Amino acid sequence: MAGPIEQFEIKPIVSLGKIGGSEIAFTNSALFMVAAVAIIVLLFVYGTRNRSLVPGRLQSLAEMGYEFVANTVKDSAGHDGMKFMPLVFSLFMFVLVCNMLGMIPGAFTVTSHLIVTAALAALVILTVIIYGIAKHGSHFFGLFVPKGVHPLMLIILVPIEVISFVSRPISLSVRLFANMLAGHIALKIFAGFVATLLFAGGWAILSPLPLVLTIALIALEFLVAGLQAYVFAVLTCIYLHDALHPGH
Amino acid sequence: MTGQDGKSSGPERPAEKDASLESRLKSLDAGLKRATNQTEAEIRRESTSSDSSGIGQAMRLSTEFVAGIIVGGGLGWAVDKWLGTAPFGMIVLLMLGFGAGVMNVVRAAGLMKSRTDDKSGAQN
Repeated sequence: MAGPIEQFEIKPIVSLGKIGGSEIAFTNSALFMVAAVAIIVLLFVYGTRNRSLVPGRLQSLAEMGYEFVANTVKDSAGHDGMKFMPLVFSLFMFVLVCNMLGMIPGAFTVTSHLIVTAALAALVILTVIIYGIAKHGSHFFGLFVPKGVHPLMLIILVPIEVISFVSRPISLSVRLFANMLAGHIALKIFAGFVATLLFAGGWAILSPLPLVLTIALIALEFLVAGLQAYVFAVLTCIYLHDALHPGH
Repeated sequence: MTGQDGKSSGPERPAEKDASLESRLKSLDAGLKRATNQTEAEIRRESTSSDSSGIGQAMRLSTEFVAGIIVGGGLGWAVDKWLGTAPFGMIVLLMLGFGAGVMNVVRAAGLMKSRTDDKSGAQN
């Protein structure tokens, strides 16, 4: 039986040649990323093709997705944060669909790899830094200077604020990655118990117990998959809010 | 009782009755407006608070804290390696990282915002 970690193994599907010593290949990870993007594009292009006043199933799904993210952006980043709507929406849909694709048995979970979530978090933080500096110049670094504090306290508080800022992309990426990785490992282990008990003679009577747990875990994993995408989007909005209004 | 009063006073002074009706209508209107404003404000407050709290919020807190310490420790290790200030960079930056982790959690829990708002309000 496959071990609980084997599902995260990256396997090359088509080799595209070599750069330096390392092989460049189209992997199962890349395949599921392409699949996620294709599903999102299909959902929105196909769903909004009619533009009927009374939406059909797909159109209402697409509209719900848009409205949900738009409200999140307005609530967390303010109305002038709506210029980042395309970024937040793309991130949210990509993370959500990747998480959901990972819930299909046998599928590969793209977001269970730290490098993927770290790249997404780096995208967010670089957007915040570049936009913040481009718009506010050196005033952007007022983000690290809390207001209404005694100047002597700033000696301690400014480094703390800087570390707090640096920790943002790390917490952003590690949260998503760890949740997906731990959830899928737990799911695999409990599902493995069912099979092990079933073939363990008299112990087979106990095999429904982990089965029930697995079902509960699957429900929890669906919740986590949606929730993590939402948390990722909300935090992106909060960080973008800092880029838009650094002085507070 | 009121019906009887209306019957007895109605035919005698219709103008006064109209005036009283109008004033009642106005006060009702004002009351309705106040009530809808209140519920709207409540709905707005609820929608923002349910976004900033809840289960998604709970998931933030643990990683925010850990991330602060990891970054502090990592920076300390890097500073020690580059400058050769063996244990001191790690000690100082780990403690600062701990502080940053606490600050992250306090900020994520939404406690910081109201306090700074109060402060700036008091200063201005």
